[in-house]
Amino acid sequence: MPAAWAMARSGLRVLVVDKLASAGQGSNKAAIGGIRATHSEPAKIHLGLRSLEIASTWEATYGQPIEWETGGYSFVAHHAREEAILKNLLETQKASGLRIDWYDAEALRERIPSLAPEGLLGGTFSPGDGHCSPMRFGHGLYVQAVKEGAEFLFRTEVTGLETDSARIRAVQTNRGRFEAPIVVNAAGAWAAEVGRMVGLEHPVRPDSHEGGVTEPVAHFLDPMVVDISPGPGSANYYFFQHATGQIIFCITPSPSIWGFDTRETSQFLPMVAKRMVTLMPRLQQLRVRRTWRGLYPMTPDGSPIVGPSKEVEGYLMAIGLCGQGFMLGPGLGEVLDRLVRDALTDDDRIVLEGLSPTRSFGGHAALK
Amino acid sequence: MARINEHPILTPSSEATFPLTFQGQVIRALPGEMLSSALFAAGFRTFGKHPKDGSPQGIFCANGQCSQCMVLADGIPVKACMTPAQPGMRIEPLTELPSLPDRQTLPPTGEIETLEVEVLIIGGGPAGLSAALELAEHGMDVLLIDDKDRLGGKLVLQTHRFFGSINAVHAGTRGIDIGVRLASDVSEKPTVRTWLNSTALAVFSDGIVGVLRDDAYVRIRPQMLLAATGAREKALVFPGNTLPGVYGAGAFQTLVNRDLVKAADRLFIVGGGNVGLIAGYHALQAGIDVVGLVEALPQCGGYKVHRDKLARMGVPIYTSHTVLSANGAEAVESVTISQIDEGFRPVEGTERTYACDTVLIAVGLDPVDEFTEAANRFGVPVYTAGDADEIAEASAAIFSGKITGRQIALDMKRTSAPIPEDWARTTAILKSHPGKTIDRTAPTIQTTEDSANRTFRERETPRNDNARSDGELGASPTPDEPSSNGFAFPVFHCTQEIPCNPCTSVCPQGLIHIDEADIRNVPDYIADQVGKACIGCTKCVSICPGLAITLVDTRENVEMANVTIPFEFGDSALEPGQMALAMDVNGDLLGEFWVARVTAMPSNDRTVLVVVEAPRDKAARIAGLRVQEPWVGEPLPDVVRPLEDEDIVCRCERITAGEIRALIQSGMRDINEIKTVTRTGMGACGGKTCQTLIARLFRECGVPEEAVTKNVPRPLFVEVALGTLAGASANPQDSDENVNPTDPHSLDGKVQA
Repeated sequence: MPAAWAMARSGLRVLVVDKLASAGQGSNKAAIGGIRATHSEPAKIHLGLRSLEIASTWEATYGQPIEWETGGYSFVAHHAREEAILKNLLETQKASGLRIDWYDAEALRERIPSLAPEGLLGGTFSPGDGHCSPMRFGHGLYVQAVKEGAEFLFRTEVTGLETDSARIRAVQTNRGRFEAPIVVNAAGAWAAEVGRMVGLEHPVRPDSHEGGVTEPVAHFLDPMVVDISPGPGSANYYFFQHATGQIIFCITPSPSIWGFDTRETSQFLPMVAKRMVTLMPRLQQLRVRRTWRGLYPMTPDGSPIVGPSKEVEGYLMAIGLCGQGFMLGPGLGEVLDRLVRDALTDDDRIVLEGLSPTRSFGGHAALK
Repeated sequence: MARINEHPILTPSSEATFPLTFQGQVIRALPGEMLSSALFAAGFRTFGKHPKDGSPQGIFCANGQCSQCMVLADGIPVKACMTPAQPGMRIEPLTELPSLPDRQTLPPTGEIETLEVEVLIIGGGPAGLSAALELAEHGMDVLLIDDKDRLGGKLVLQTHRFFGSINAVHAGTRGIDIGVRLASDVSEKPTVRTWLNSTALAVFSDGIVGVLRDDAYVRIRPQMLLAATGAREKALVFPGNTLPGVYGAGAFQTLVNRDLVKAADRLFIVGGGNVGLIAGYHALQAGIDVVGLVEALPQCGGYKVHRDKLARMGVPIYTSHTVLSANGAEAVESVTISQIDEGFRPVEGTERTYACDTVLIAVGLDPVDEFTEAANRFGVPVYTAGDADEIAEASAAIFSGKITGRQIALDMKRTSAPIPEDWARTTAILKSHPGKTIDRTAPTIQTTEDSANRTFRERETPRNDNARSDGELGASPTPDEPSSNGFAFPVFHCTQEIPCNPCTSVCPQGLIHIDEADIRNVPDYIADQVGKACIGCTKCVSICPGLAITLVDTRENVEMANVTIPFEFGDSALEPGQMALAMDVNGDLLGEFWVARVTAMPSNDRTVLVVVEAPRDKAARIAGLRVQEPWVGEPLPDVVRPLEDEDIVCRCERITAGEIRALIQSGMRDINEIKTVTRTGMGACGGKTCQTLIARLFRECGVPEEAVTKNVPRPLFVEVALGTLAGASANPQDSDENVNPTDPHSLDGKVQA
C-alpha cells in the first residue's frame, strides 16, 4: 500500500492485486503498531526515520486519525549481555542522528515507573519513536492511494507472471491478465511463491509470532517496552499502551515457528503473560481481550530484500521485511517510487545497498 | 426496584444481608450475590458512563460476556454481573477508563497445568448434564465445566413447568427442579468431575482448551470435546437500545429468578416467542407489571398455551407491532411502539408510547458456536449438543445431550450399544415447532341426558372419532358416579400441537389420551370410550405445564359450576369470598365470580388450585384469572418520537447503524474492513452482539450474504487477567493495596449519622 500510494502520487499508473477481501487484511493487521528509527543498520534507520515522519504527521496532513502517539521506545536490560548489545548500538544510532540514550535503572524507572526494579540494569530510551493503529494507518494509506489514482483489485489471486526475453510483461490473475512494465513483489509471507513465478528463489520464509490486546485502561505507559532477553520459549517480547488505553503485546518464539500456520496456540498467553507481569507487575490485573498470530517473512540475515532483479528486468522486490513491513513500509514505498522514476537520493542508495537482493546473507541484524 | 420477599415458586433467601457502598451510599447485599443484583436491589440500574461518549451504562448480558456493567470495586475495574459482593466493598461507577492499580509486587507465578481428560464438556446445562450422565453410563472419564456457580445452565432460571414427554424429559416438572435433579444425578457419577466457575476461553490449534477456573488458568487436553454451550440472545437495533433498562430475557431472569431481585416495576417485552412469553409470566409472578408485549409477526411464535396464559393474566399482546424506540435520559423511561405492515414497515399514525422502566428483548437465540467452530477449524474432535447445536426447548436439549453422549461413547469405542431408534424420534418430536392450532369449540354444559355434548373434540382429525358416538356415561356407571345429574369433566384449553403429555399420566381413570406415537397431538378426553367418569380429582389441572386444563364440576349444583383453575401466584393472592376476574382462552373477560376455595397442596408443586363458582353457560370457557389490572397497559397520552440513525449496533465501541450503513453503501463488503474503520467488534464482547446485526444491515442494503466477507474470529471468549495467565496466585499480598475489611457496623453508623 505505501508503494502504491507513493507511486500514484508521483503520477504513475498503479494497480494493486491482493487475494484478500480488503486492504491490509494479510499481515498488516496482525502488526502491533510500533514504528521506530532506532535500528542497527543505516538502511533501516533511514527507512524508519521517514516512516516516523509520515506516520506522526499523517493525521495533520490527511485528516485521518491513525491513533499515533510519539511515546518512544525503550529497550530494557536485565543482564550484562543486553546492556552490552544496546550500549554498543548507541554509537551507530547516534551517529545516524537518532535521539537515543542509555538510562540507568533509576533514571529509566523515572520514565517508566511501572517497571519492576528487580534486576533492572537500565535501558535505552528513544523519544522520537512511537506507535499507532496498524489497522487505521494501513487503511489510511489505502484511502490516500485510491485518492491519488491507484487502483486496487481485491479477491484477486496472482496465478502467474509473464516474462518476455527476461523482461517482465504481465501479471496473470484469476480475474484476468494485466500488462505492466514494472511489477513489484510486495507479497510479504508469500513473496517466495511469487518469485518462483519468474523462476527466482527468494530466501524468504515466514515464521509466526503471536500478539494480543487487552481491555483499555487509563493511560499509564508512554513508550513501547522491548525486552530482548531470551526466556523459556521466547527470544524477546514487547508491548505498548495504545491510544485507546489498551496494551498491545507480542512475543518472538524461540525456536522459531516456521510456516504459514496462523492458528492460535495455547502456549503463547501463559508464556508472554509471565514475562510481562514479571517485568511490570502493574499489568497483573489487566485483562487480555484477544489474541492472534501473524507471519514474519524472514530473510537469512534479518534484513529486508529490496531492489530490482538482475535476472528479470522490471521485476522489483520489496520482500522479506522480517516483521517490520508496517514500520519500514511507508519510507520504503517512497524509495521504490523514486527507484522506478530513476530519482534516487543519496540516502536511498544507502538503503538499497544495505538491502540489496545480491548481498551476502552472512550477517545478522543486531536489532531485528 | 427492590428485593422480592414473596414469590409463588421461589423461596427468598433468609440469610442476613451485609453492607457495602455505591457512590458512598450504603446498600446491602446477600452472601454470594453478584454486585449487579445488589445494585439493582438498591434501586441502581445505571452503573456508569461509556468512556467514549458518556452514555449511561448498565446491565446488558448479565453473563460476563460484555463489559457494560463495569464498576470500580475497591478501586479495581470489575464486571458487576460476575463479581460477588463483599462486606464493606466500595463500589463506584465507572465513568472513564479505569486506572490500573499500581501494584509493585508480583505474587509468585507458576506453571500452567495441563490436564488430560477423555471427554471435556463445556456447559452444565440440560444438554451437558444429560451427556455427562450418558457418558458416565459407559464409565467414561468426563470433565464438565460451567462458568456459573451452580449447575443447570438456564434451567436455573426456569421456574415454570416443562413441556415434553413425561417419560423422557421430566415434563410437568419445573425447570429449576429438573436442573437440580440432573445435577444431583451427575454428582453421583464417580467418573464425572464437575468444575464450577470455570469458563472456557478458547479452543487452540494444539488441541488444548484454555479454561479460567475461579482465578486460575488451566489448560485441558481432551480426547473429545463436547460443546454444550447453549445459546445467546439476539440483539435488536433501535434508538435507545443501549439505555440501561434495555436487556435480554436471560439477564432479566437472572436478576429476577436467580437472585430474586425485582429488577423492574413496569416491563415491556419485545418478542412473542417462548422466551418472551415465559419472561412475561415470570415477571408477573415476581410482582412486576407487564405493560405489553410486541411481536412483529401476525401471531406469536411461542407456544399458544404460553401466549394464552399471559393474555388471560391481563397482559396486552400486540402482534404485527414493533418497537420504535426506548426513551429516556439516564435509563429507560418509556417505549414507543407502532403497528407494522406486511413488509414490517411501521404504519404511520399507529405509534403509541407506554411508560416503563425496562424493555426486555426476546427476539430469538443464536447458538454459542465459537468453540465448535474453532475445534472444526483446528481438526480437534468435537461434538455439539443442545442449543449450541440447534435452538430448541430445554427438553430437546436434554435428549440431544443424551444422544450425543451415546454417540461419543460409540465413537470412542466405549460401548457397542447403538443409539436406540426411538431416541432420535423423541428428539425430533421435542425439537419440533408448534404444529397446527385446533379449533376447539368451548363446550356448553347439558345434563347427563345429553351426554354427547360433554366431549369437546371439535377437531378435524379422525382420531378417536368413535369416542364421541355412543359411549353413554350413564350406561356404564362407576363407583364414583355422582348421584345427582351433575358431573365433573376437564376442559382442555390446549389447542395447539406441541410436544407435551404429562396430563395423560395422572388421570386415575385413564380418561385423557394422547397417541404415544406422537405426543404432539392435543389431548383427547375419552371418558365415553373408556366407559368411566371423571372423578373430579383435579390432578390433570395441576400437572399441566401450560396451565391449560380447568375442571368443571356441576355435581354440587348443576346451574352454578365449580371451576377449578390452576394458579401460580401463591395461595395468598386470592382468598375465598373474594371476587376473581375470569378470562377466556383468548384473554377476554367472561365475568367476575366468587372464589369458593383456594387449595395449595404440596403434591401440586406450588400450583395453587382456585375454585370459582360460575354459571354453567360460562363455566367451561373459563381458562384463567386475571392478575393484572387493565390500566397497567394504558399508553401515555403523548407519543415520544425516536431519533433517527442513532441506534447503536456495536454497543461495546458505540458504533451506530448509520455509520456502518454508510460504509456498506460506499461499497465495503469485508466486515474486517468495517472493523478497521469503525472498531466495531473490537470491544469486550468480541462481536458476539454486533455481528448478526451487521449481517442484517448488509441485507437491508440489498447486499447478498455471499458477497460479504465475515469477521475473523479470535479467542478469547471472555477477558482474563495477565496475572492469571501467568499463573500468579489470585490474591496479591500487596499490603498497601489490600483492602481493609471494613467493619460493617461503622458503615451502618455512617448511614445513620
